[in-house]
Amino acid sequence: MPAAGESPAALRLEKVSHAFVSARRTATALREVSADAARGTVTGVIGPDGAGKTTLLRLAAGLLKVQSGRIEVLGIDVARDPDQARRRLGYMPQRFGLYEDLTVRENLDLYAKVQNVPAAQRHRRGGELLHMTGLEPFLGRLAGRLSGGMKQKLGLACTLVRVPELLLLDEPTVGVDPVSRRELWEIIDHLVHTEQLTVMVSTSYLDEAERCQRVLLLHEGRLVAATDPASFTARSTGRSFHVSAAGIGKRQLQEQLARTPGVIDATIQGAFVRIVTAPGAQPPADSLAALAAPLSVVAVPPRFEDSFVAQIKQVSAPPPPNTPAIATGGTRSEEEASAAMTRREGRAPSTTDEAVIFADRLTRRFGDFVAVDAISFQVRRGEIFGLLGANGAGKSTTFRMLCGLLPASDGTLRVAGYDLRHAAASARGRIGYMAQKFSLYADLSVAENLRFFASAYRLHGAQRSARIDWALEEFVLGPYLDVVSRDLPLGYKQRLALACALMHAPEILFLDEPTSGVDPLARREFWLRINALAESGVTVLVTTHFMEEAEYCDRLAILAQGRVLAAGDPESLKARARTAAQPQPTMEDAFIALLEAAAAPQAA
Amino acid sequence: MRESLERLAGLLHKEALQILRDPSALAIAFLLPAILLVIFGYGVTLDPHHVPLAVVVEQPDAITQSFVSALGGTPYFTTETFNTIQAADRAFDAREVSGIIWLRANFARQLTSRGDAPIGVIVNGVDANTARLIEGYLQQTWATWLAARSRAQGRPAGLPVAVEPRVRFNAAVSSRDYLVPGLIAIVMTLTGALLTALVIAREWEHGTLEALMVTRASIREILLAKLLPYFVLGMGGMLATLALAVTLFAVPFRGSLLVLTAASALFLLAALGMGLLISSFARNQFVAGQIAIIVTFLPAFILSGFVFDIGSMPWAVRLITYLVAARYFVAILQSEFLAGNVWSVIVPNALALLLMALIFLGAARLGARKRLD
Amino acid sequence: MWRAVFALIIKELLAVLKDPKSRMVLIVPPLLQLIVFGYAATFALNRVPIAVYNQDHSQASRDLIARFTGSRIFTQVAALNSARQINPLIDSRKVDLVLSIDRRFTRDLLTHRPAPVQLIVDGRDSNTALIVLGYANSIITSFSLHWLRSHGEPPPPAVLDIRAQYNPTLSSRWFIVPGIIALLTQVVTLMVVGLSVAREREAGTFDQLLVTPFTPGEILLGKALPGLLIGTVEASVIILAAVLWFHVPLRGSLFALYLGIFLFVAAVIGIGLMISSIAVTQQQALLGAFLFMVPSIILSGFATPIANMPAVIRKLTWINPMRHILIVVRGVFLEGATARAFIPEYAAMAAIAAVSLFAAGWLFRRRTY
Repeated sequence: MPAAGESPAALRLEKVSHAFVSARRTATALREVSADAARGTVTGVIGPDGAGKTTLLRLAAGLLKVQSGRIEVLGIDVARDPDQARRRLGYMPQRFGLYEDLTVRENLDLYAKVQNVPAAQRHRRGGELLHMTGLEPFLGRLAGRLSGGMKQKLGLACTLVRVPELLLLDEPTVGVDPVSRRELWEIIDHLVHTEQLTVMVSTSYLDEAERCQRVLLLHEGRLVAATDPASFTARSTGRSFHVSAAGIGKRQLQEQLARTPGVIDATIQGAFVRIVTAPGAQPPADSLAALAAPLSVVAVPPRFEDSFVAQIKQVSAPPPPNTPAIATGGTRSEEEASAAMTRREGRAPSTTDEAVIFADRLTRRFGDFVAVDAISFQVRRGEIFGLLGANGAGKSTTFRMLCGLLPASDGTLRVAGYDLRHAAASARGRIGYMAQKFSLYADLSVAENLRFFASAYRLHGAQRSARIDWALEEFVLGPYLDVVSRDLPLGYKQRLALACALMHAPEILFLDEPTSGVDPLARREFWLRINALAESGVTVLVTTHFMEEAEYCDRLAILAQGRVLAAGDPESLKARARTAAQPQPTMEDAFIALLEAAAAPQAA
Repeated sequence: MRESLERLAGLLHKEALQILRDPSALAIAFLLPAILLVIFGYGVTLDPHHVPLAVVVEQPDAITQSFVSALGGTPYFTTETFNTIQAADRAFDAREVSGIIWLRANFARQLTSRGDAPIGVIVNGVDANTARLIEGYLQQTWATWLAARSRAQGRPAGLPVAVEPRVRFNAAVSSRDYLVPGLIAIVMTLTGALLTALVIAREWEHGTLEALMVTRASIREILLAKLLPYFVLGMGGMLATLALAVTLFAVPFRGSLLVLTAASALFLLAALGMGLLISSFARNQFVAGQIAIIVTFLPAFILSGFVFDIGSMPWAVRLITYLVAARYFVAILQSEFLAGNVWSVIVPNALALLLMALIFLGAARLGARKRLD
Repeated sequence: MWRAVFALIIKELLAVLKDPKSRMVLIVPPLLQLIVFGYAATFALNRVPIAVYNQDHSQASRDLIARFTGSRIFTQVAALNSARQINPLIDSRKVDLVLSIDRRFTRDLLTHRPAPVQLIVDGRDSNTALIVLGYANSIITSFSLHWLRSHGEPPPPAVLDIRAQYNPTLSSRWFIVPGIIALLTQVVTLMVVGLSVAREREAGTFDQLLVTPFTPGEILLGKALPGLLIGTVEASVIILAAVLWFHVPLRGSLFALYLGIFLFVAAVIGIGLMISSIAVTQQQALLGAFLFMVPSIILSGFATPIANMPAVIRKLTWINPMRHILIVVRGVFLEGATARAFIPEYAAMAAIAAVSLFAAGWLFRRRTY
């Protein structure tokens, strides 16, 4: 209970502005943000990348100097007495600073001592936290050897060794698989319940934002919305629809809908395309009349995500509708187009039964540890195939083996008829690869990166310049031509990485966690392009731990502990998890149900 | 107070565990010093010995024979006889010999008649230092030979002035005895400045410092927890080097262990201060390592009097050496090992070290804030 | 293939030159080291502080002292009047040398007895001590010869006539500055090449390279050739500085010099690539480069002659490319030698380059394919 006279808000921000000044430019991170978080509540901070979420939390934790405005933590002015404020708050940075060469126990002990937890309490508290986080069996393991999810849980445990009154969490679940994510939130909820904790958490997962009592939506440093999730969702009531059309593929339909004026957002959801219309726009049935096929448009209840996308697009000028024209090849030079066409000639632009990627009893061992255990699957031409799984399930290992970056211990694999590890270098010219971290040369400009990768794929002369022009136009990179890649906004980095991977019009595209850390808007745009590629006959293999992205896949395999747990199309996998209690399971529900089912026989 | 000690203990425990588990820390703290010690102890010496000389005697007789054997009789030279100056020149150009002694045909005649017979000497001047040392040895040998000749002939003296050199402290004039003590300064610079800067930069990179900053640990405790373990490591390195120098390489130690320890402690504090200061603005290991090598390691090598004489440097460079903490420490080290407790050397240099330690540690303390910006 | 390698070279050069950190490695340390080594690393002495204890107040003794104080090398800072003052002065390092002239000096000179002069020198810095003694000896010798001549005495039967070939004034800088060419070329090449693969591994771009149609050979060439270019340019800049700024004579053939530099850089690149293919992080690569560089510089003859080293270590220095390039650089600069003179050094460096490049290629394939 707050003492009399003390402010009821655990955190109060008054007209907080913040700018980062460097020699080259001044970047404004926050503009006059005023908000507060009531005691005992969970407040979510959401917004696209670069919206100022991290700056906000760091300011509250006293890690940055307050430049303008006023921040009060539990009634203490942070600018005046940061030490006093810090004694009462807990803060977990995006990548929590665990000492990787210390064990779980040693890390926990260190933070207990540094936070002056009395020895008697230390034991009890440590035990509780370890139990809660499920880290008990790993006490002696070095923190560096923990999986991403376990690291985050340990980080949270370290932050909580002394119960703070205000807990600040900066994207605690980035790169964490759904199961660990769920567990982390259970811990947070439990603490809010039992210890009257106030939590402020930033996240790029919108389903997490929905669990909060209040959300703060930041965009370009401004506070765009501050409300509870339900009323936020309600803002797009009457503007969400499921659209389907007979005779048109869902991808094609999505593409067309996305280009229709008045439609803010179009995503694939199961067999439907879900659209959100602009406020005051005509009912979609009318505006879509131009489309040839008869459409079925069903109004559906709004989702949080709908409002999020609508809100962001409303405040920022809509980007030029860059229609993915990969399929049409309209902007290519004649020469290039014909080169690409000969390759694809005689092939229907839809999937065929021909297996382009083929893995049979693929196995990889590291010492005694079996990372990938006799995995078999096939990917057909023009298909989007997803590899899903928790951290450490073996996705990346499988992926690296397929790309020829890691030798297989056992089993056979074929990519476009080759084992890339042993095939001639030119065979690699048939694949495109986009790594998780957008591995471009950060010091090179956009143009230099494009030129390098064009040469890397053996393009030269007119063909090379034609392809570079295509990439600049297609990905709207023209304005950034001479910008050093390091300084690109994250979304543009991702575009550039994809442009480089597609420079040589590959037949097969490998995407390793392509949307990790990217905000929901950029993710949508990205998938629109991938859709178009698949439509044009490119085979796509993608790993992801965003379960909703599995919806974009034609087929997917769910991996756990190096084995294929289940494989099939999204609908059939979701159907497996359908129960009386959950008539409309999401992909994530399905995933967790599968994992639990797999674990159950072992436990028994 | 008790709370503060408890936090410090926790941080120290962590630091100790990390040092024991990190191979690169151990490599810098122990492997590199060991390599340096072995190289300097066994491999490096500035003192030429058995310098190969070509001897061309155009008309051998008893007199030329006595001079050649006087040369060969010293530990400095080995002689190889050539018949013609052309042959000797070829060997000289091929760097097979470092010098030529040329006794011309009329040498003995001139020597016995009017004197002043020239002993032609050509030394390779490329390595100026070695050439100068060879010249010195030659003069010494020549003077001794002259004196012996005069004595044999019952004449009073070879040269009118007799030089009696007396070398204080290092009678054998062994360069090892002067290089190895200075090495302690280098070794302590590695642990104090380079390693400390690297480990703190690593904490920035891994985000562990950000996490520590929002805990109750004060900035003083965080800094202290870095200082103490590396202080122990540095002192350990000093004692190990001392032990090896005295036992393995038989370098004399004439001072007192107490004085050496105290001076080392002061120097180490200055070095740690520099390491902390570097890490407060270089937040990644690559940059921190580069800066530490340029501003601490290289100066300790070149500008400290460890190898090169400071007094002979141009004035601008000499001014810079006053900012190099190692300069003061090397002066103390060389005295402690070879001379003993020379207070007139120890006191001013120790005071300079104390001042530098205070300045660097103070600057590091002021530069460190519990903030990211 | 060459087009692909060319693209890799452009990429590599851009990556090195556009990254402020690696640009710093290329420019700042070499510049600082050139200045510091060029000016500070000298064994030549001047202004050596000395004290004089003259017990024979005569013209002869004053003449001798004048010869000391008149030389560029010595500066008299004290005149003593008691033998007890000698040791404290030396001990506190106020003077490096005390010239003590005996009471009987003039008498002995006139009576043809050896006139005693004591030279008390501080042996803590043994090299300085030896050089100081050498200088003092030659001053006294020339005094002796002059004295004999001016008093109508017969000259000594034989005198030394010393000539220093190639470096007549025995300038230490002529020795050190050409060495810096080799030293800095090695440091820079090793830093650029040694860290390059590790940097790409850390950034994840290395995987990206491996899935493109580049062959391992092309990737290796794409790493080696920029190193060769950067190393050679770096060497050329320092050669210019040596000639134009430090006025070291360049007497031999440029062809001989550049052939040597080419082989040397190739050998260093081989070693750098070996470090690069073993190291996973830049930190490890940095440490590896450091662990190689320190012994390689100390055991190269850069500052301390190889001839003075024990036989075992002398043999070991044959695998040190810097040892060979130092001979070539100093030979070309000071001795005016031509390529023919360096066949053994060229052969040794070529062999080191071949072995290290081959080993790097093997390690590289093993680590990546």
